[in-house]
Amino acid sequence: MHIVIIGNGISGITAARHIRKQTDHRITVISAESDYFFSRTALMYIYMGHMTFEHTKPYEDHFWAKNRIGLKRGYVKGVLPEKKTLLLDSGDSLSYDKLIIATGSQPNKFGWPGQELEGVQGLYSLQDLQALEENAPDNRRCSRAVIVGGGLIGIELAEMLRSREIPVTFLVRESSFWNGVLPPGESRMINEHIREHHVDLRLGTNLMEILPDDQGRARAVVTDQGETIECQLVGLTAGVRPNIGFLRGSGIETDKGVLVDRYLGTNLPDVYAIGDCAQQRTPLGNRRAVEAVWYTGRMMGETVARTVCGNPTPYNPGHWFNSAKFFDIEYQTYGWVSSELHKDETEMQFHWRHPSEKICLTLAYEREGGTFLGINTFGIRMRHAVLDRWLSEKLPVEEVVSRLGEANFDPEFYARHETMVEQKFQTQMNNAS
Amino acid sequence: MNTHPSMSLAAGPPKTLNLPQKLAVFLGFSSLFILVLATFGIDFPNKTLWLTTALGGIFLGIVWFSYAAYRKDPAGIKNNGVWFKSVSGRGFWAWGLGLAITGFYIVLYFFPEYLGLVREGPNRGLIALFDPLSYFLSGNPASQWFVYGTLYTLAIAAFGIKFLWKYRHNRYQTLRTLSVMFFQTAFAFIIPELMARLHGDLPYYDLKNIWPLNYYNFESYRVNAFIDAGDLGLGMLLFGIISILIITPLLTYFYGKRWYCSWVCGCGGLAETAGDPFRHLSDKSTFAWRVERWVVHSVLVFVVLMTTAVIYSYLGPDNSTYWLSKSQFLIGVGGLLTLVFAWVMIYRRKELKMDARYGAIGYMAIILGLIAFHYLSDSRHVFLFSSESLRKSYSFLIGSVFSGVIGTGFYPIFGNRVWCRFGCPMAAILGLQQRLFSRFRITTNGGQCISCGNCSAYCEMGIDVRAYAQKGANVVRASCVGCGICSAVCPRGVLKLENGPLPGRINPKEILLGNDVDLMELVNADSERLA
Repeated sequence: MHIVIIGNGISGITAARHIRKQTDHRITVISAESDYFFSRTALMYIYMGHMTFEHTKPYEDHFWAKNRIGLKRGYVKGVLPEKKTLLLDSGDSLSYDKLIIATGSQPNKFGWPGQELEGVQGLYSLQDLQALEENAPDNRRCSRAVIVGGGLIGIELAEMLRSREIPVTFLVRESSFWNGVLPPGESRMINEHIREHHVDLRLGTNLMEILPDDQGRARAVVTDQGETIECQLVGLTAGVRPNIGFLRGSGIETDKGVLVDRYLGTNLPDVYAIGDCAQQRTPLGNRRAVEAVWYTGRMMGETVARTVCGNPTPYNPGHWFNSAKFFDIEYQTYGWVSSELHKDETEMQFHWRHPSEKICLTLAYEREGGTFLGINTFGIRMRHAVLDRWLSEKLPVEEVVSRLGEANFDPEFYARHETMVEQKFQTQMNNAS
Repeated sequence: MNTHPSMSLAAGPPKTLNLPQKLAVFLGFSSLFILVLATFGIDFPNKTLWLTTALGGIFLGIVWFSYAAYRKDPAGIKNNGVWFKSVSGRGFWAWGLGLAITGFYIVLYFFPEYLGLVREGPNRGLIALFDPLSYFLSGNPASQWFVYGTLYTLAIAAFGIKFLWKYRHNRYQTLRTLSVMFFQTAFAFIIPELMARLHGDLPYYDLKNIWPLNYYNFESYRVNAFIDAGDLGLGMLLFGIISILIITPLLTYFYGKRWYCSWVCGCGGLAETAGDPFRHLSDKSTFAWRVERWVVHSVLVFVVLMTTAVIYSYLGPDNSTYWLSKSQFLIGVGGLLTLVFAWVMIYRRKELKMDARYGAIGYMAIILGLIAFHYLSDSRHVFLFSSESLRKSYSFLIGSVFSGVIGTGFYPIFGNRVWCRFGCPMAAILGLQQRLFSRFRITTNGGQCISCGNCSAYCEMGIDVRAYAQKGANVVRASCVGCGICSAVCPRGVLKLENGPLPGRINPKEILLGNDVDLMELVNADSERLA
């Protein structure tokens, strides 16, 4: 049996590794992006000079041959499911017995005039990083950059450019950074921190148009505030969408992404889709149908490996969690804490912020009964195993607050804030009752 | 990757120095130049003044440089441009610096007369410049070791302040750095000098420098001097023995080898402060790990053999000169090693990887075999070699070339822990204790790892931390010195150094939290046992 995996990101590679652990099937992983698996999440650190490309590879190059995982460099331009064959842009074709599509995402572009100009780019792939090195090597050749889209990639790009002291204007559509996801207090704190890093943050501002110079390079952007901002780089970071254009006409059913069932199978037999490019036909709990998250890709890879090895296993991602870092502030989330936009009446929130430092947390709980729903922390590390257990046990929020110290995962000797948090919580509860 | 030769090469900005930094560099190097002039024979008239100027200028230069580097940005990880800078990215200045330090060590160890050492009569040159400070502390003229000790302490103090600034948001790093700065200044530098003033007949003893790192601690001239110095001397001799046999295993059991390697040790102190800008240069390949295990444990065997031979050579045939006779001593060493070996084989067999087991069996056989050979051959030599040639070759190969010339001289090329990782027999012993019998581990935080590789890149011991973190396994490695930088640089809060109970400490199964309810329960059960 020959299992072919399109895409050598975390999803495809996890699938390949787990298939190898369980069987002796022939495995081929195809990538147009890189010879070897690297960690996409670390691309920013290459540009910032923290790491070299070599460091981003989680496995040494000899690992793949040793584990008989075939690696093939090439771009798949079409799939012929009835012939179980892939067409490559080199003109070659490749036949498979089972196919796993793990092609990830591509940056969103919303039809802005000038979005295809030189000097306009997203930040997703290794090629994007190479383009950034060309477009913004330093602040002489790039005297200002404009970033469009206030999400995780946008703020990472801002941090990257600031590491080379390139002036950055950050256009954010929302009235406060990432407030479609974060509760207001947290979002406000991140606004402050972005500005502390000398980023020109423009909230409630949209991109209207990118203006070209004589050579067809971006030279400025025009905002909906009527302002023209001169710049040499425009970073488009308004989210990503599944990278599935090559499946058009293949008969594999798609919507935003490749539609999959609980077993990660598509509408066609022996064809599976995992990771960023997969879209759940029925979303799981509060999770989105398309989840472009590192660990869900990894979990889907692990799950699909069992299924293709003859042990059909439904994808069951458990309690939501995630983390990120906004410049110097680490963020972790466990369970669901809604933004102001998505919060309904049944959800109550408790917010605490440190009086002087950029540290805060928000707890969400049910209005009726006070069951703990989730927690966001900024500048405090939490222990995943403990919070996962508390969410499963549906602990009352009072107990979570009083036992918060058990879940602390900060390094030894760090200042602890549980007492302050608990005092504020008690005060609020007493005032409310 | 062959697709981006241009990457990083075109990159410029994060490597530039700002104006105050340039001035600070100028101040530091001008002050260092005073020492260079003294080395080349310039006889400074007022030595106290010139020495103070030189050392003070170097210190101020480094502190000013650090202030200028870290003052303007909010607290946080400061690794921007590390790989772009020539000195920390194996560029021209890295090789230059490496050659300069290597050269200094070669002169220091093998040609101290070039530094101005005069065995009969007053010193000249650089060493003479340090005479006033030495007279002030101990009442004796300076030696090349006094010059070295002063510069070493200065480096740990000044670069320690730099490190404190760099990691000012991290209390673990702050306390750890204050600790190494204290132990170097007090225990390695000031106390032994004062002891020399108060008790001139005692051997120079840095109390935290434990055998086998301090491989000469039980040589006959020292042991005799300890014994001749009465109760205080005997106490110090006893402390040296207790240090390795009782204090070390106890503290390592509770806190891991970090209590020594990154909180107390002088070599560790230099590596963590002056060596910090080079920590990312360590080799993370599995090949390097294999080499490390063989080399460092071979050094350990070598030092045990050498020390046994040296002690054996001066003990008497009976108990008239020392407490122990030759044969009692050999039987004692053999018995102790056999006990430790038997305990490991009986209780920790499963935890040892194949090659470690073979290595242990092999070395045990060699030691016992050689002792047996001695009894059978009944020669004047212990084992196959004369003890003096063993001592000399250890002192040359390990004590000088490995720990100094390679260990420190090659900081800018191979990273700051080459000696600690490949050469230090103390680290090897503590490592075995840590791996087999300690509460210390680095806990991985469920499923939060994104495999970015910051932890591995900045591990000075070349541990591929990510390999553990991305599969949810705790990091339990003999070589980990517990510096805590992996945890500090992790952008997702995945790693935590902690001391906890032994059950569940090593969890090599590949189960990540978040996927599949059944597995989650299994993991929860584990963490319950831990908590």
